[in-house]
Amino acid sequence: MNLTTETVDGKTVLRLGEPRLDAHNSGELKDFMLRLLEGGGRHLIVDLSPVSFIDSSGLGALLSGQKNAALRSGAFMLAGLQPRVHAMFELTRLHRVFEIYSTVEEALRGE
Amino acid sequence: MPGETDVNVDIVVPNQTRYLGLIGNIAEQIARELVDYRGDRDTLGYHMNLVLTEAMVNAIEHATPGETGKTVRVWIHIEDEELCIRVYDQGQGFDLESVPMPDFDAPGEHGRGIFFIRALMDTVTYRRTENGNVLEMRKKLA
Repeated sequence: MNLTTETVDGKTVLRLGEPRLDAHNSGELKDFMLRLLEGGGRHLIVDLSPVSFIDSSGLGALLSGQKNAALRSGAFMLAGLQPRVHAMFELTRLHRVFEIYSTVEEALRGE
Repeated sequence: MPGETDVNVDIVVPNQTRYLGLIGNIAEQIARELVDYRGDRDTLGYHMNLVLTEAMVNAIEHATPGETGKTVRVWIHIEDEELCIRVYDQGQGFDLESVPMPDFDAPGEHGRGIFFIRALMDTVTYRRTENGNVLEMRKKLA
């Protein structure tokens, strides 16, 4: 899976460089986020803007990231959700569970 | 004599998650070609992609442990403005009726696959076949 990270103002921006987040690659994302948090990252922003498709496994991986960040008193944010991806968060009510921002820039500002 | 917009697609792939994208993309392409569909074809395509992905994952997860060389068969049929998708597995099967709704107040990492299928399709059934099981999902397109 194409995953890249960038540190901005002490915050880690994780960018998913693939259009699908599904049962085939969600395990890799979950492990990668855990390693970032175990490595000392305390503020994780996941940039989902390239993702045009997410399934239940992808949502589960993001919930795992959020849970692991919370266990370390860290912050976990999602940014750049495409409308049809956002609709899946709404259908499963997970839009109430995650901190979701329109863009990475807004997430960095916490607005 | 099949109608001009009838669709009948039958695909068999190994029961591995690497084929989810391939099947999902075929479903989206089929939806884009439904010129008579009055709804949003891209949204329909996403929904077909999603229910197929979830059904295939389900088929892969319920395969008999340790047995290799198994396949998943996907059948997509559109006729008389009704979509019918069947996903055949060669596994042990499961009880569809006993699958609970997700807990929206205490969300867990798992347990949304069948919920998505039920939410996006009109009827869902799961039954045994001669050499496995079939999950059938139907939706009116009119």
